[in-house]
Amino acid sequence: MSKMSLSTRMIFVLTLITVLSGGILAGWDMVTQPKIEFHRQEALKAAIGDVLPAHDSYQTQKTEFGSIYIGRRDSISDPVGIAFMAVGSGFQGELRIMVGLTPDMTQLTGIKVLEQIETPGLGTKIVVDPSNKQDPYWFPAQFKGLHISPEIVVIKNAKPTHNNEIQGITGATISSKAVTRLLNEQITDIKTAWTALGGTE
Amino acid sequence: MSSSLSLKAEFIKGLWKENPVMASLLGLCPTLAVTNASMNGLAMGLATTFVLLSSSLMISALRNFIPHQVRIAGYIVIIATFVTVADRFLAAYFPAISATLGPYIPLIVVNCIILGRQEAFSSRNGIGRSLLDSLGMGVGFIMVLVVLGSIRELLGSGSIFGFAILGDWFTPWMVMILPPGAFLTLGILIALANWYNDPSRSKARKVVS
Repeated sequence: MSKMSLSTRMIFVLTLITVLSGGILAGWDMVTQPKIEFHRQEALKAAIGDVLPAHDSYQTQKTEFGSIYIGRRDSISDPVGIAFMAVGSGFQGELRIMVGLTPDMTQLTGIKVLEQIETPGLGTKIVVDPSNKQDPYWFPAQFKGLHISPEIVVIKNAKPTHNNEIQGITGATISSKAVTRLLNEQITDIKTAWTALGGTE
Repeated sequence: MSSSLSLKAEFIKGLWKENPVMASLLGLCPTLAVTNASMNGLAMGLATTFVLLSSSLMISALRNFIPHQVRIAGYIVIIATFVTVADRFLAAYFPAISATLGPYIPLIVVNCIILGRQEAFSSRNGIGRSLLDSLGMGVGFIMVLVVLGSIRELLGSGSIFGFAILGDWFTPWMVMILPPGAFLTLGILIALANWYNDPSRSKARKVVS
């Protein structure tokens, strides 16, 4: 050890540290990776369960616009709904929203915001609104049964009158619009992909 | 250059006199960023303490082996390894906490408390002493994060550790769970601590008593 020149010793020590570090991390990854993947799958399953109507199973289909999840019931052959993950920018950062659609792609069956970093207390109402004690999930609930044609429209400071309109969040217009913009843009893509797969089956 | 304090004092100093946040103003990024609820503060404090202890153990054990010229590179690799271990551990066993803390767990790598303790202490002292020093600093950090998180959660959400404390009559102060709430609360806490520690004040107190 002491016979080595300083530069050899520096190289030797740093190499040893990084090799050990790599070994520890590779081992730890083998332990934790299956569990992390399991939680990811559980979260996906729960989100699909939240946005699609009652279904017994879902099938993952890869398309050029990302994966779509086709919900089915054992008793009937037609799918009960199509879900996909809409990803795009919100007010401050990325939004990840699980979106459920009817198989004919005319209505939403539900949405669930899985990841967001909107302003706490304002933009976060796209997930839950603790200030509304009667109905904390009023904002996402509006998307259930919402018509998507010609497009989803945000109404400010008034009750929606058409079946393609939702009420925006006071103080978080950008967050409300980010959600609908994301849906409008990406539903179009998913429609294309779904038609390419054989349409309404 | 090794420390001459008693072992007990080595641990105690991190709690108040040399508290990493209150006295040294280190590690402010996680202190400000994750303390919008008590639980987040506790989780961040525990994860940081784990990294602090494991890095101290490694670095004090290797202190005569790592050449002085490349010590920082070596420390960073060791610290980053343990941070990744902690990050994966939370993601695998506590997915909810991992999702809430998000990027702040990987960012423990750049927490200056950790590198600071290695440079100032573990690289110059034995394993036992270094572990005590890190434990004291870690506990001191946890205490500040939990107190800060509890104050902010109480005023910002009406609860502590998720348990509702203030009834429906209480309108949460939104500012407390936003970044300004962190600055205000930490500023007031540090002002109070400095006032308490003010030597001129304690001198005056002695004269009176």
